[in-house]
Amino acid sequence: MKGFAGVFTRELLIIKKRFLKMLISFSITPLLYLIAFGWGLGQRMTVEGVPYITFLIPGLIAMGSMTRSFAISSEINIARFYWRIFEEFQAAPVSDLAIAVGEVLGGILRGFLATAIICLFALLFRVRLHVNCVFLLAVLANAFTFSSLALITSMIVRSHADQSMLNNFVITPMAFLCGTVFSLKALPGWAHILIAWLPLSPATRAIRAAALGRPMPWGALVTVFCFGIVFFILGTYTIRSAKA
Amino acid sequence: MIRMENLTKRYGKNTALNNLTLHVKEGEFFGYLGPNGAGKTTTVKILTSLVKPTAGTATIGGHDITRSSLAAKKLIGVVPQAINLDMELTAWENLLIHGLLYRMKRGAIRAEARKWAAFVGLSGALDKPVNTFSGGMKRRLTIARALLHGPRVLFMDEPTVGLDASGRRDLWGLLKRINREGATIFLTTHYIEEAEALCDRVGILDRGRLIALDTPAALIASAGKIVVDVFEGDTLTSRFFPDRASAGAFAATVQGSATIRNANLEDVFVKLTGRRVVP
Ligand SMILES: Nc1ncnc2c1ncn2[C@@H]1O[C@H](COP(=O)(O)OP(=O)(O)OP(=O)(O)O)[C@@H](O)[C@H]1O
Ligand SMILES: [Mg+2]
Repeated sequence: MKGFAGVFTRELLIIKKRFLKMLISFSITPLLYLIAFGWGLGQRMTVEGVPYITFLIPGLIAMGSMTRSFAISSEINIARFYWRIFEEFQAAPVSDLAIAVGEVLGGILRGFLATAIICLFALLFRVRLHVNCVFLLAVLANAFTFSSLALITSMIVRSHADQSMLNNFVITPMAFLCGTVFSLKALPGWAHILIAWLPLSPATRAIRAAALGRPMPWGALVTVFCFGIVFFILGTYTIRSAKA
Repeated sequence: MIRMENLTKRYGKNTALNNLTLHVKEGEFFGYLGPNGAGKTTTVKILTSLVKPTAGTATIGGHDITRSSLAAKKLIGVVPQAINLDMELTAWENLLIHGLLYRMKRGAIRAEARKWAAFVGLSGALDKPVNTFSGGMKRRLTIARALLHGPRVLFMDEPTVGLDASGRRDLWGLLKRINREGATIFLTTHYIEEAEALCDRVGILDRGRLIALDTPAALIASAGKIVVDVFEGDTLTSRFFPDRASAGAFAATVQGSATIRNANLEDVFVKLTGRRVVP
């Protein structure tokens, strides 16, 4: 297990190297949403009893921490097939579990970075968030789950084209549909049930409840962690089976 | 130190490695030769846990590479054929990550990194990003990295490709020294004079099979110590003879031009793998 330090240090150094670029690129999407939907619509509309912009920001946090955590998938893919950096991990005396922990921690860190940026925007847009332990726990659950999912896909997917297919057909739809930018209550019953099964839905509920200081839906939070644990175990296993 | 028993690797229908059994002794400097696609890199990748064998087993220092892979991996250092450095990071950062992967303490990593960087002539470049390095500098860095944690077995897959003449000579000296200090070296190379100069024993691989295995001197003797190269038009043929007298007698009968010389490992390679016309 201890060997995770090497893998995690690599991810830390990469984040450090790209920090400014990351800050900027992590800011663009939420900022556009806030301007277009928050400012454009947010002033007049209320959703689930709060102004739309107040509803939107926790959704953007769920969306942002998911996409940025999941983005390690293509990073690992490139490191594996293009730079062959993954071979250095595989040849070293570190377990698959240690590699998984190192990579997933890197993904979680990116998720928190995205969250921090959106929290700053919240200040800017004068939306008060409850940033406390429960909130951090909910973000952690989301980031952990999608970093772990990213680990699985990065080990299974063999090309960059497949990777962007995955983003287009799985991640982007999920980012929009799981109650991030609109209330799921607006959907017909069958759609509601379908979408409720996607892991981002309970994550969004948990993050929004925590951020707005409402009672935490613990069932939702536990569900997210369960998804995360299953993904993490599968991810660790796929590292082993990824050898040619 | 390295024991391979009936190793086979198939990629679909293509058999990259065919029932290979090979033992490399502790402290040995072993040369692994073979034409392109013979299966050399496949062998190294199996032994360093990057590729799973289709059949067969291997141990390193007595540790099975699949069942106790962590124990086996602790003993080895690898210079891969394809450079796998982190281009965005500096040389020092690359070495730091490597040291951490091998559970070294930071102080030790720093000391060893300085030492090996000096050995491969990269002292001044430690804090530069690797994507500013020349091909040869990158190669040297992978060598320093492989040595950082003091491996007992060193796998080098064409480590001198891309090095200039003096860099190659320096590396030869370094490898000799590491070998003298007790490390077992498994060296893959296309530079046959390199194998001849460095190796205690040489194995020649062709289409996944080991076709020769002996000391360079014995291999040369078995092929014929003296070679006559005959140029007829634009084709070159080489003939092998056990001594100068018979070689001289043959050369006298040749129509075109003929040169008599001592055989080298390259001749053995050519004769066995049939890469040049041999009568
Ligand atoms: N990942 C792979 N998938 C399919 N076939 C492969 C793969 N890797 C190697 N091979 C095949 O296995 C055979 C042996 O390749 P290998 O790389 O071991 O040769 P080599 O002796 O190292 O050659 P070279 O001197 O060119 O480095 C080749 O026929 C090659 O095409
Ligand atoms: Mg090769």
